[in-house]
Amino acid sequence: MTATERPVQADRPGEVLRFRFDGRDYEGRSGDTLAAALLASGVRRVATSVKLGRPRGIFSAGVEEPNALVQVETPFPEPMLPATTVELYDGLVATGLPGKGRLADRPDPARYDSVHAHCDVLVVGAGPAGLMAAAEAARGGARVILADERPEPGGSLLGTAETVDGLPGRRWAAERAAELGGFDDVRVLCRTTVFGHYDDNYVVAVERRTNHLGAAAPATMARERIWRIRARRVVLATGAHERFPAFAGNDLPGVMLAGAARAYVNQYGVRPGRRAVVFTTNDSAYPAALDLAGAGIEIAAIVDVRRAPGEEWARRCAERDIEVRTGHVVRAAVGDGEVAAVSIASEAGGQAREVPADLLLVSGGWTPVVHLFSQAGGALRFDEEIGAFVPGEIRQAVEAAGSARGVPTLSGCLRDGAEAGRRALAAAGFAVPDPAPPPAVEHEPEAAPARHLWLVPPADGADHREHFVDLQRDVTVADVLRATGAGLRSVEHVKRYTTAGTAHDQGRTSGLLTSAITAHALGVDVADLGVTTFRAPYAPVSFAALAGRDRGSLHDPVRVTAMHDRHVDSGALFENVGQWKRPWYYPREGEDMAAAVLRECRAAREDVAMMDASTLGKIDVIGPDAAEFLDRLYTNMMSTLAVGSIRYGVMCRPDGMVFDDGTVIRLADDRFLVTTTTGNAAAVLDWMEEWLQTEWPSLRVHCTSVTEQWATVALVGPRSREVLAGLAPGLAVGNPSFPFMTWRDTEVAGIPARVCRISFSGELAYEINVRSWYGLALWEAVEAAGVTPYGTETMHVLRAEKGYPIIGQDTDGTVTPQDLGMAWVVSKKKPDFIGKRSFGRADTARPDRKQLVGLLPEDTGRLLPEGVHLVEPGGTRPLGHVTSSYRSAALGRTFALALISGGRERIGARLHAAMGAETVPVTVAHHVLYDPEGARRDG
Amino acid sequence: MTESSLDHPDRLWAAAEPKRSYDVVIVGGGGHGLATAYYLAKNHGITNVAVLERGWLAGGNMARNTTIIRSNYLWDESAGIYEHALKLWEGLEDDLGYPLLFSQRGVLNLAHSLQDVRDGVRRVHANRLNGVDAEWLGPEQVKEVCPIVDVSPDVRYPVLGATYQPRAGIAKHDYVAWGFARAAAAYGVDLIENCEVTGLDVRDGRVTGVRTTRGPIAAGRVALCAAGHSSVVAAMAGVALPLQSHPLQALVSELLEPVHPTVVMSNAVHVYVSQAHKGELVMGAGIDAPNSYRQRGAFHVIERQMSAALELFPIFARAHVLRTWGGVVDVTPDASPIVGLTGVDGLYVNCGWGTGGFKATPGVGWCYAHTIAHGEPHPLSAPFSLDRFTTGALVDEHGAAAVAH
Amino acid sequence: MLLIPCPWCGPRDEIEFHYGGQAHVAYPDDPAALSDEEWARYLFFRDNPKGPFAERWSHSAGCRRWFNVVRDTATNEIHAVYRIGEPRPVIA
Repeated sequence: MTATERPVQADRPGEVLRFRFDGRDYEGRSGDTLAAALLASGVRRVATSVKLGRPRGIFSAGVEEPNALVQVETPFPEPMLPATTVELYDGLVATGLPGKGRLADRPDPARYDSVHAHCDVLVVGAGPAGLMAAAEAARGGARVILADERPEPGGSLLGTAETVDGLPGRRWAAERAAELGGFDDVRVLCRTTVFGHYDDNYVVAVERRTNHLGAAAPATMARERIWRIRARRVVLATGAHERFPAFAGNDLPGVMLAGAARAYVNQYGVRPGRRAVVFTTNDSAYPAALDLAGAGIEIAAIVDVRRAPGEEWARRCAERDIEVRTGHVVRAAVGDGEVAAVSIASEAGGQAREVPADLLLVSGGWTPVVHLFSQAGGALRFDEEIGAFVPGEIRQAVEAAGSARGVPTLSGCLRDGAEAGRRALAAAGFAVPDPAPPPAVEHEPEAAPARHLWLVPPADGADHREHFVDLQRDVTVADVLRATGAGLRSVEHVKRYTTAGTAHDQGRTSGLLTSAITAHALGVDVADLGVTTFRAPYAPVSFAALAGRDRGSLHDPVRVTAMHDRHVDSGALFENVGQWKRPWYYPREGEDMAAAVLRECRAAREDVAMMDASTLGKIDVIGPDAAEFLDRLYTNMMSTLAVGSIRYGVMCRPDGMVFDDGTVIRLADDRFLVTTTTGNAAAVLDWMEEWLQTEWPSLRVHCTSVTEQWATVALVGPRSREVLAGLAPGLAVGNPSFPFMTWRDTEVAGIPARVCRISFSGELAYEINVRSWYGLALWEAVEAAGVTPYGTETMHVLRAEKGYPIIGQDTDGTVTPQDLGMAWVVSKKKPDFIGKRSFGRADTARPDRKQLVGLLPEDTGRLLPEGVHLVEPGGTRPLGHVTSSYRSAALGRTFALALISGGRERIGARLHAAMGAETVPVTVAHHVLYDPEGARRDG
Repeated sequence: MTESSLDHPDRLWAAAEPKRSYDVVIVGGGGHGLATAYYLAKNHGITNVAVLERGWLAGGNMARNTTIIRSNYLWDESAGIYEHALKLWEGLEDDLGYPLLFSQRGVLNLAHSLQDVRDGVRRVHANRLNGVDAEWLGPEQVKEVCPIVDVSPDVRYPVLGATYQPRAGIAKHDYVAWGFARAAAAYGVDLIENCEVTGLDVRDGRVTGVRTTRGPIAAGRVALCAAGHSSVVAAMAGVALPLQSHPLQALVSELLEPVHPTVVMSNAVHVYVSQAHKGELVMGAGIDAPNSYRQRGAFHVIERQMSAALELFPIFARAHVLRTWGGVVDVTPDASPIVGLTGVDGLYVNCGWGTGGFKATPGVGWCYAHTIAHGEPHPLSAPFSLDRFTTGALVDEHGAAAVAH
Repeated sequence: MLLIPCPWCGPRDEIEFHYGGQAHVAYPDDPAALSDEEWARYLFFRDNPKGPFAERWSHSAGCRRWFNVVRDTATNEIHAVYRIGEPRPVIA
């Protein structure tokens, strides 16, 4: 069938768009949703249900759609979209889904983005109430954001074809939105779904920017954009969703919400059927029936459960010869795979009559969209008049307006919106201008009260297994009764037992019905039973939109040193250390990692080598009390350090566990430069500031991160002095004039530099610090002197040979300085420092604590895996684990460091490394394995 | 067993009216409280027991967790109780006579740095020595277990390997709660909903009962199982606990065709993901930093989690978040639970499970019931005493134990 | 995402801040004089009320100052913000 179902507004402007659905080609019009175009093409079965495999059609005209879920296949696969929200574009290819979507098998090429926005008044929903609220707020000078999920403003006006101020509603809305756009500080966002309402009016929305363009979407434009909005006041003009009663076969294609059918006729010029029965509990289905009749759809009957509709509606129906059967219900929608007839009976009982029809419009009343209000922390209360929960008290600066709080008429919504806008204006501190005259609307017939009908009981003897409550989850009244029959009394339990309300539509049309049926079964009031909690997002939002740009290299910042490009040119492989990229090793042609590291180690131990040490954290600590401050933080004494000298120090947490280590350089009486481990630099600065500001505000100290300001080259090896002498002719490099653990300001390769004589390898070594913009020049000058670059792996080997621990590798937050064999770094003189008190606790004084020791595998070529555990020969109880393990060029063998229970007592003993079925014998050794007497550091 | 073939027994439990007195009152009708009641009855013959729940049964963290079950914890003490739990999980459907959708699909804990690798290998070896199944996998093996993980070097923190526990998996949280509830009710335990404890009566150092919104109830012993609100409840007896309560968020996608055969957790690229039986992706990440008793978290935590998810699983890009929610977890300084005595006679505490309580459900129920029945800790829960914070003998699971979920 | 009024910079999004837990927990004057129990209290025990809570925050991505906040942990409403050294305001 081709576009034969669009007799209405056949001259409606709009280009013809071709699309493909379930393998067949169709045509639609621009402005159509996929659902509208399918209905126009006579397609009624769109999907199958998830559990029962029943055919399903198009049930609604909006985001509340439970049935018509499709997979968009081009330009890129996207699962589980309601056909009622997919805007048609030329070349669209989609398929109906059995309640379950498919992910693409390739990466998404689209871009995603996010934007922050602030406003005085955020209005959610650009229907009659929202437009009026935004207009009033804008008129008063407020910064306003108006967001609406649809492609154009108007909300319910788009579907009802009512006029406002004598204009078709759609045009009136467009003109109001255009006026709003004329204000400097007003932003109107269409295709933007507000999906989350968090604390302090932090409201998040997703704007769909290119979906409707299909292949024509510019690749440079973000496909979806998250709006992070902070609003002083929020007006929720989110409208209402029509609901339906449970009756047999209410899931058949051809059953449709009355308001939706009205929208298909009025907004899209599409006829959703030829002959319709209307089943209603309230007056709102009457204008729908009349609009359909006006579009040439035969209205076989209006079945109204009430004794009488509003008088004026009854009269208008009579004028059009539309039969109204009051006091009647639809017992069943009948048909093989779609509606072919409707079974009508008196509610009081008696014989049912089958009326042929291909369309069954249902209206069980309107449920305010309170999702965001509830998310924002608002309480809900049951409104007996509309038979639904409406907004109640709320602590946040939020109010609901229009049909979102149960206002039933267009005039009422326009007025309510305007008043909400004015209240928001006043609350945001603006002068409120005189009210504008309310827009004129058509005559509104007086409404007869609605009747809240939830369930049409089955005909005698039948069950409730085709009375659907949640169409998408295939939950029936029978399922709800089974849950209550099992003893469940909470609507949350019923939801979980039946899965009602947990599908893609999150129970928009079914949530209240589920509660009502449950209440009915339990014999309680739905007002007391309540509904399940509303949770973000209001409508599904893509993972990619939420991830935004924070992917790949932008997932976490990449930090590189001033010499990075040179390392890349040298063929270095890199290691991620925190956010830093550090050279790991520099393989030469034909070298594997082991060979490269052995070569680099040999250069450092036997010749001269260099490493980029710029990533070490550096903190300037300045002030008259700087020395006192460091005494409190470090386990050892820093105040006795002479200007010009350097001391190694360890910091602990108050629980006594090692937190960080590094060197402290005294630059002046009142100034120190503290170095930290690469990964901990920010944490140590935070640590210092926390203690200074919150505990010791009387200390006159300032801390500044200077990590990025310096570039550092470690120059290591027996020939390092000779190389340095060549590069720094003005520096007296001899041992007596430049002793170990001192520093000098000088020039190196013509660059102003601070040279520190410190060593993390045990070799004669220097650290040359220059301003970071000279870093590359320094590196190149040193390398040109014939020095071998090495990376972090070689650094680790060199330090491990000397038993120097790496915090975070040889420690894990459960290790004290004493455990590391560094009792010497813990001051006995200082009355207190952070961590001291904890060393006296029972557990930190245990002799069997895990202590850092060396391990020598008996097979000198056997490299123990880091992480492997040690046991007594023949035992299985883990005594501790290998923290570091390397091949040593200097030792001519493999070795390891390990944390072993009572380790120092075990030196010389034999243990087994437990490696699954295999055990590897090792000998416990002192943790300093190379040059224990420290003979090499002075060259 | 698929969702659609699941046939619940007709009767789960009947709402009970509180009696005036019980031998044991369990405060908190979540998974732990229900499991404790079940094992009190089954293992110790103590059936004059009430489980008091302030809302609907198992409506707290039991209803809100991401259902991951594993026992591959680093420290011997942790491995002991979690492995005991896993062994119970393996027979639980038969024991309870109730379907739990327990699926041993394995869990991968990814490593993204050389230190992650060391920590992972360390944990694998520790697990093996403790009788816990564990393997170390390289990136290519990770890809074999879970083909949708991006193991290419192009991501910010490439996957360098993973620990793998094949016996780990997931279960259906609600069914677990209902299975325990049904079995406990069958033993005669009273399950009392909408009954909030408002006070604990302590006389001469001994607990004598509880006050509730449904009246006072005398009790020989009172067992706290009020995850999230443990501090609030314990304070009613003057017991201070080293806990902080934080929101923990989780989310699900729409139903999707199966793509994810296992459970993947990453600490460095912080997210954990599985695909539930019906087809939705179930995900979680870290706790919100500030203390809060609100059962919802902040949006930026979700955004961060999604960027982590797409780093690891690029094909998730156009999946949609259907629903997010939060629970309140109480967290201890060492990220290990507190199970045992309180210093008040007859008053017991089970709390501080942080983000990891679900997987322990049968194990802690077993040990806690023993503790309550005998008045002294079960050997497997003894290391998790309150006094470890005084001696310093912490069981520090965030030191090196990868993710603690 | 809380909106936290930094007493130095004004209201800013929560992501600019670092959380510091309970406020007004002073480092003991003489830790050596404390029993293990008392020291454990200082190390590990912090209040965890459901309701108003005086807590510390640092504006780590802004002025980097620490300050105190009284926030209701049941609602997340911020009742007061005050600088380090100032007394906790009385909340009605």
